[in-house]
Amino acid sequence: MIKFQNVTKIYQENIIVLQDVSFEIKEGEFVSIVGKSGAGKTTLIRMILGLEFPTYGEVFFDGESVSKANSKILQKIRRKIGSVYQDYRLLPAKTVYENVAYIMEVEGKENEEIEVEVPRVLEIIGLGDKMNNFPRELSGGEQQRLSIARALSGKTVVLSTHNREIVNKLGKRVITIENGIIIRDEEKGRFII
Amino acid sequence: MFTNLKRVFNFALVDFFRNKGISIAAIFVLTTTILLITGLFFMHGVSNFLISTIQNKIDITAYFKADVPEQDILNAKDEILKISSEVKNVEYISKEDALYDFTQKHGDDPTISGALQEVGGNPFLPSLNIIMASGASGYEKVATILQGDQFIDLIEKVDFSQKKVTIEKIFSISATINKFGLILAVILFLVAIVVVFNTIKLAINGSREEITTMRIVGASSWFIKSPFIIQGAMFGFVSFIICFFVTFILAFLVSSSVEIIMPGFNLFKYFTSNIFIIILIQLGFGVAMGVVSSFIVVNKYLKV
Repeated sequence: MIKFQNVTKIYQENIIVLQDVSFEIKEGEFVSIVGKSGAGKTTLIRMILGLEFPTYGEVFFDGESVSKANSKILQKIRRKIGSVYQDYRLLPAKTVYENVAYIMEVEGKENEEIEVEVPRVLEIIGLGDKMNNFPRELSGGEQQRLSIARALSGKTVVLSTHNREIVNKLGKRVITIENGIIIRDEEKGRFII
Repeated sequence: MFTNLKRVFNFALVDFFRNKGISIAAIFVLTTTILLITGLFFMHGVSNFLISTIQNKIDITAYFKADVPEQDILNAKDEILKISSEVKNVEYISKEDALYDFTQKHGDDPTISGALQEVGGNPFLPSLNIIMASGASGYEKVATILQGDQFIDLIEKVDFSQKKVTIEKIFSISATINKFGLILAVILFLVAIVVVFNTIKLAINGSREEITTMRIVGASSWFIKSPFIIQGAMFGFVSFIICFFVTFILAFLVSSSVEIIMPGFNLFKYFTSNIFIIILIQLGFGVAMGVVSSFIVVNKYLKV
């Protein structure tokens, strides 16, 4: 579904953030991107979502170049990919329930489905009793769980984290970046940096 | 589409009540601003009333020779009315009327009535009293025609040169009041727009991160923008309701006091006779400012 082909990203003053990066993510896959601060994780996710574009190389979504996609296609990409940032990027003015429901509303799901699905997801991640709380009232761990819950619901998920425990517990694919280069890409990976 | 519309309205409504502090601040600023604009509208009414009251007191009098027959004077009156459409009113005052008015006014003064008896008969001349709708130049034009060849055999004198300075002064003051009133209104209006815009900006500022996140999860631009714009409209609408009732009550309460200061000007009547313009100003300004400000701010944050 997503394909990075020899992607290099250079910011002003020749700061190389990503260097000749190539990989593929299949539909429905759960991928954790790990690496030290400044390794290029956030830039990589921003490129997947079409928030930034490569200096060299190309990012493809379903065979189409992301850098050439119009706003409608970009919205479609963003809806299909659940991104989990290190800083969680929750909606602070919305409750836990509304945070998850918002994503489904953006996708155009029916209210009846949302009313059943959101409590179910929140029960699974152990936030069933905090549905009416705001993100600021949750602990760091709870916020991360909420962030993952929001990214789930049958989507391709890209997780950027420093949380070793969560990555190891997931037992899913892990891409490790160091200085803008992919140094490890394992199907059932572990957090090693 | 209908579901999405319902959703964005719901988002706007929930945020409106959830962020009470922000909503109250925005409504307070909008209400103050709308009241200020309404105040300017009332000031415009008051100054127009004052100016027209003063202007109605200005006139020009043509005194006819004592032996001119009444019919000739009435013919002259018709001629004067034809001079210009700016001639508002021409009143004929006969010799007898002038004497009657004079004795009514000064009959109690023995010196003046003694002097009148001394002169004997009726010393007053028949006259035409002319009121113009236009400014000082209009009076000058009529005075020049009256003093010209057309009326030279009929008219003894035109009482304009004595009044000329006063007339010009009054019109110059009226023009200055209008000019400064307009400049003041424009300045206050611009200040009001800046204040409202910044208040809405502050209200949305807290949602900056939220807007970015909404974009990341794939929300369409209108799905992100609409709740903020609807909220802006709600701020404007609530402010309009408050302003309308405040204006209604104030106009009702102070109307009698204003009438004491300015006889003939009923503030409450001015309010009721201009009610649709006032609603249009208050509702239009409130909602337009709320909507336009929200639109500009959200658009700016959407680009980030």
